[in-house]
Amino acid sequence: MGVYVIKLPDVGEGVAEAELVEWLVEEGKNVREDEVLASVMTDKATVEIPSPVEGKVVWRGPKVGEVVAVGSPIIRLEVDGEGNEAPGAAVEAATREKEAPLADKPSEGDNEDKAEPAKKIEKKPAPAPARSAEAKPSAAKAAARPSAPAKTGLPRPPGEKPLAAPAVRKRALDLGIDLRRVPGSGPAGRITHEDLDAFIESGGGAILRAARAPDMSVKEIKVVGLRRKIAERMAVAKSRIPHITYVDEVDVTALEELRGKLNAERGDRPKLTLLPFLMRAMARAIAEQPEINARYDDDEGVIYQYGGMHMGVATQTDNGLVVPVVRHVEALGLWDCAAELARLAEAARAGSCTREELTGSTITITSLGALGGVVTTPVINHPEVAIVGVNKIRVLPQWDGNGFVPRKMMNLSSSFDHRIIDGWNAAVFVQRIKGLLENPAMIFIED
Amino acid sequence: MAKDIACKLLVVGAGPGGYVCAIRAGQLGVDTIIVEAEALGGTCLNVGCIPSKALIHVADEFERAMNSADKAAIGVSASKPKIDLAKTVEWKNGIVGRLTGGVGALLKKAKVRVVEGWATFIDGKTIEVETKDGPTTIRAENVVIATGSTPVELPFLKFGGDVISSTEALDLDAPPKNLVVVGAGYIGLELGIAFAKFGSKVAVVEALDRILPGYDAELTRPVTKRLKALGVAVHLGAKAKGPGKDGKSLEIENGDGETETLPADKILVAVGRKPLTEGWGRENLVLDMDGPFIKIDDRCQTSMNGVYAIGDVAGEPMLAHRAMAQGEMVAEIIAGRNRRWDRRAVPAVCFTDPEVVAVGLAPEEAKAEGHEVESALFPFSANGRAMATEAEEGFVRVTARAGDGLILGAHAVGKGVAELSAAFALALEMGATLEDIAGTIHAHPTQSEAFHEASLRTLGHALHI
Repeated sequence: MGVYVIKLPDVGEGVAEAELVEWLVEEGKNVREDEVLASVMTDKATVEIPSPVEGKVVWRGPKVGEVVAVGSPIIRLEVDGEGNEAPGAAVEAATREKEAPLADKPSEGDNEDKAEPAKKIEKKPAPAPARSAEAKPSAAKAAARPSAPAKTGLPRPPGEKPLAAPAVRKRALDLGIDLRRVPGSGPAGRITHEDLDAFIESGGGAILRAARAPDMSVKEIKVVGLRRKIAERMAVAKSRIPHITYVDEVDVTALEELRGKLNAERGDRPKLTLLPFLMRAMARAIAEQPEINARYDDDEGVIYQYGGMHMGVATQTDNGLVVPVVRHVEALGLWDCAAELARLAEAARAGSCTREELTGSTITITSLGALGGVVTTPVINHPEVAIVGVNKIRVLPQWDGNGFVPRKMMNLSSSFDHRIIDGWNAAVFVQRIKGLLENPAMIFIED
Repeated sequence: MAKDIACKLLVVGAGPGGYVCAIRAGQLGVDTIIVEAEALGGTCLNVGCIPSKALIHVADEFERAMNSADKAAIGVSASKPKIDLAKTVEWKNGIVGRLTGGVGALLKKAKVRVVEGWATFIDGKTIEVETKDGPTTIRAENVVIATGSTPVELPFLKFGGDVISSTEALDLDAPPKNLVVVGAGYIGLELGIAFAKFGSKVAVVEALDRILPGYDAELTRPVTKRLKALGVAVHLGAKAKGPGKDGKSLEIENGDGETETLPADKILVAVGRKPLTEGWGRENLVLDMDGPFIKIDDRCQTSMNGVYAIGDVAGEPMLAHRAMAQGEMVAEIIAGRNRRWDRRAVPAVCFTDPEVVAVGLAPEEAKAEGHEVESALFPFSANGRAMATEAEEGFVRVTARAGDGLILGAHAVGKGVAELSAAFALALEMGATLEDIAGTIHAHPTQSEAFHEASLRTLGHALHI
């Protein structure tokens, strides 16, 4: 059996003390791990203190309404095993706590200050027991003074600043160490450089490193060139177009199998990614729903519906997002799509796209699949009316009627201009693409 | 022609807070601009601390010579001295000029750009300065407001003519025959005592029932005694009503509620200073206030990010050395260091006769904060050096926490005790206990021995009393 002491934890940045507002356990009661013991209130919030261990409450420290310093013990539990307090320490502490109020007695006079226990304890540092007992003959005074009363690293009275020379305080600040946590060995609990060293060596510094000097710098970056263009276009798209985003999952197991086989026999041709398949599937879906493949001139109030499908492909470059365009996807074969994608991506990254290659798209694909991500909310490439987003393929368990089977699943996150495309039509479009991708042979079968 | 400049740190006001902030920032490689409408050095160097100390010094010199002529008490006799106040003022202005010039040189050395003119905030990052070459717009990542304070004016005794503030009192060409000082705070008493020594007939009018209201009665008693000896009439609990009908007097309502007329060639109104929070575009910022002051946190940051306030405009005590320490700290924060205000003691000194020093808590203040207190004083009448320099008036008093002897306050009143403020402040800042002071050898014979003895006496074993 051992005694486990729970101290008031650091309940928030810059909080040195907290008021105990509620006890949720009684003395003598058993508590489970994670059971809430008490709640304390800082000037910022009320915080619950859970028990990190299982045990029996043997001592409850502060009363409700008392202000407690961070780091002072609030409760002691009797636990199986060793506990975290040296044997005898609890007794010593209890004695100390019994003596302190005694020492206060003479100055109290009557009971009227009972109404304000928190204030009393906050303001009155308890006199050292050795002093309070003596009847002050002045000669004995000095001899009785404890030379290092704070050797034990007692918590300071709440609200009291840690006592340390300016050089020690500065060093602590530079190291990001909160001196309130450092026990002081000097007279009156003064913290010395050696105390600080000991605290750091004991690993105390490590947990507090986060409190290092805040970086106050602010860099001013002019938004110019491509970034300004992107910013303007995004602002136009988001402010003008009421987006509706529709997400569904697609089982691409069969497609991936097909892709694997095609790639194995590709010879000199560029490697097939998923995108050429998606492009072909979209071309088919658009043949049935031409309203998706359009540009909406909202100033003029005219929709331009295109026969040809010019596919913008959102491409990340070192300078930012560019959208090169694969023209007439409806007339391209699978391998043509792959070759054109590879060529344009290269040109975009090299910054060598021509003006024609960067304009005139009628619908856009965006893919962050490589980075993962379950869902995106793509922003429509104004003045188009639709954008299809590809998310990462993941192997997920799927119910096939008898049991779970591993399937390669991918989400499509697609946004539509809700002024032009109704939700129903958006869903029909995505479901059609899904159907094609899940049965890839259908992509290639002529009606 | 309108100009646009940018910098990392902009300091508005080149008083002790502002110029120290700018110098420290410059040392740390921060691109800094400081804006000042008047002379570098602010109130402190130009019309405050420094010139008043020059004047007080001359008053002391004059009085000493006068004493020698009158009494020859210590074996010195001389013919009656004369005072040429115009010459004194000229000498004082020379000192001020050397110091403000020095500030300019220090700023230059730290590569701080100085812009002369009145600054007006446009927003939290931009100010416009009316320079003599036209308006200049300055944009800065960080701004420090160090606009300082101005003397408080009484509505029924507006400044002008024979109603003067401390600023004008430092530039008089002759001591007024009758001087009435309204306000018995440290500014009023320092100047009142100086003019009394120059030969003016001085009366002090104070609304409260005591002089130096910020300090305890034990500490101010020797000053009261000295005022009497200098022939300064002190009217406590009295209210100034307004100038008398003859234009050469002040009407007051004395402590008994009766109206009295005090002859006054000059009326010095020294009822305090107020933070300068108007006239520089504060309305264009969103600053939380703390009473009349700009509210700051422990990093001197205001309620706006990147906008700091230091010195008199940012709260009590309105003292130059506090402003300097704040300025230094803010410069380091802006340079990326982790700093916050953790000073334990801001010493306060009254350059009255005798001088008064207060660092930390007086016994009653410490008790009010809930401490159990031990305190003792050691009188200069038992100090050899004080006796040998005709400085027996006054004492050093130490206040410590019972139990562990932590020094909570150190106070002194007496001749030349201003210099003890260093020892007192160091003791508090280092977290010294009574034993620390008792265990430190204090040079003999000096007045500082009284600090040692007061600590010993608090411990119960003074040696020389």
